[in-house]
Amino acid sequence: MDRLSEVFSALADPTRRSILARLAEGEATVNQIAEPFAISLQAVSKHLKVLERAGLITRGKEAQWRPCRLDAGPLLEVAKWVAEYQRFWDQRYERLDDYIQRLKKEE
Amino acid sequence: MSDKLVVTLPSDLEIKMVRVFDAPRALVFEAHARCEHVKHWWGRGNPLDCEMDFRPGGGYRFVEHTPDGQHAFRGEYREIQPPERIVQTFEFEGMPGHVCVETLEFAEEDGKTTVTSVTRFDTEEERDGMVASGMEAGARDSYAALDAYLAKAQHDRKSVG
Repeated sequence: MDRLSEVFSALADPTRRSILARLAEGEATVNQIAEPFAISLQAVSKHLKVLERAGLITRGKEAQWRPCRLDAGPLLEVAKWVAEYQRFWDQRYERLDDYIQRLKKEE
Repeated sequence: MSDKLVVTLPSDLEIKMVRVFDAPRALVFEAHARCEHVKHWWGRGNPLDCEMDFRPGGGYRFVEHTPDGQHAFRGEYREIQPPERIVQTFEFEGMPGHVCVETLEFAEEDGKTTVTSVTRFDTEEERDGMVASGMEAGARDSYAALDAYLAKAQHDRKSVG
């Protein structure tokens, strides 16, 4: 898989998106990250490995704590594209919404 | 930006949008099926030239006139099932050859219609081309975009566990 594919795959999962959102607030240990989730530590570790492979997070060298840190670089281009896509379609659909309400009244 | 449109990445080759309209499905579908309707919304307030031959195998071409120039989009209808489903190709003429497939589904409940649109890229190259074109188009601060994306993820966080 190329790098962008790994970023897309990483972002396709809601738990991984939530983990990234948590790390956007600041670095955290695996235990801290796992806290809000009803899934095992092993499952969280698996998600972290996917994120690490995609270059979206880095992990500290300290063996015991190994805090995770968000690396926004690879995320930026995809996030920017998604945001741009969303902005275009939001504008279109807002217009469509207004137009449909007008059609409804005319019926 | 309104918060009515939800955009997600269901797989590494797809982007998905969900939007609810307060109108019956037949009407929302009809608004996609004729130029006289499409002209009112697809151009986001910009003038739009519209040609469409709304039948399976037929084509469409939209030209949006924005303050910075003209942008043309074209495609072909592959599947039409009124009032519930449209499958069409989509291509930005500014990047010829990059074609993706859009599947639109219209579902009605209690008089409201949910439009779900999944855009699928054939290959990683198609997707990467589209991402690159989005980056060219976007003069906005990329960190602001990232914030917006993560704020949404933050919002999603309540629904997972």
